[in-house]
Amino acid sequence: MSLQLAQLAGLHGLGWADLLQLWLHFMLLSLLAVGGAITTAPDMQRYLVAQHGWMSDAEFNTSIAIAQAAPGPNILFVALMGWQIAGLAGLLATMSGILLPSSVLALLASRYAQRHADSRLVRAFTAGLMPVTLGLLLSTGWLLTATVRTAWPAMALVAAVVWLNWRTKLSPLWLIAAGALVGMLTLS
Amino acid sequence: MNGAAPGAAAAEHAALRTPSGCGELFHVFTRLALQGFGGVLPIAHRELVERERWLSAAQFLELLTVSQVLPGPNIVNMSMILGYRWFGLRGALAASAGLLALPLLIVLALALVYQHWAHLPLVAAALRGMGAVAAGLVIATALKLGRNAAANPLGRPLSWSLAALTLLAVGLLRWPLVVAVLGIGGLGMALAAWRLGPAGRPS
Repeated sequence: MSLQLAQLAGLHGLGWADLLQLWLHFMLLSLLAVGGAITTAPDMQRYLVAQHGWMSDAEFNTSIAIAQAAPGPNILFVALMGWQIAGLAGLLATMSGILLPSSVLALLASRYAQRHADSRLVRAFTAGLMPVTLGLLLSTGWLLTATVRTAWPAMALVAAVVWLNWRTKLSPLWLIAAGALVGMLTLS
Repeated sequence: MNGAAPGAAAAEHAALRTPSGCGELFHVFTRLALQGFGGVLPIAHRELVERERWLSAAQFLELLTVSQVLPGPNIVNMSMILGYRWFGLRGALAASAGLLALPLLIVLALALVYQHWAHLPLVAAALRGMGAVAAGLVIATALKLGRNAAANPLGRPLSWSLAALTLLAVGLLRWPLVVAVLGIGGLGMALAAWRLGPAGRPS
């Protein structure tokens, strides 16, 4: 418990300058997150794990897995990453960073886009970004397999989940439960 | 700019209602978020269109398209745009807070529970298995969105080529996101504008 309380207050050795840099980077990601925050996961991994070493690959993937297992928007994995890196201050930095710029832009742009939905500019913008969104989602999926790539039962599970979620209306809740089970049986 | 009934309202729009206030917005978005496992959008359709009748199906689709084009979390964008339409900035904050507040507490509680038990190999293994499922869910989302590629002015082959290029650049070569979005996205936009022609229709 004392460890958890320390986490609430402490910055985990990060300085305020690091925190500011983290905040600014997530503000930038917010504006680049076409197709949702999960599309920026590869860049978060590059920045947080590879470049700064603020968290490990396993911690990174755990944050996403916990957020997916919980109810609510998937964006909350960003809160867990901030929490993991620098406690409450980190959580506030990553969440406000990822939400603020895109929210302001959404409010400003929604009126314009609705009135000009047929214009060439809006249509070219939408159509041109769509493949990037697809590619970023595929990148995120590939990245999330990093910790299980050598374990064939887990990779078979990935393939099964892709097929089931694509082709059936089975609730993701069952798939996540199956994931926990397959993990316990084959990955420990 | 009133979300309830724009101009020439169809009969369907007549049955639509408006939330009573920010309290109801917060409440409905909280209920919606708590049902969303592995994504909230399907639940949003059921709650906002079918149950509350705040939006027609067509309005929902239109709102979804706008929310998806804009950067940022789609569902948060959607809640803010909707809340803003009805009650201004207070509405935007009430809707997005409803979406995020309680789920955030649940996720943090789960993370603390996990940290407490993470040293157990079985718990760590279960989380790795759940991570594999998360990977599958994200890939499936890409495939579902990819079905719309045929309707894209870029066409299916060009769309998937650009998607593959993005996967190569970001997923494998680990380019910074800003380069990929501006570079490949810019290329896509230019190609789409060229395909659409000056009249804004595919030639």
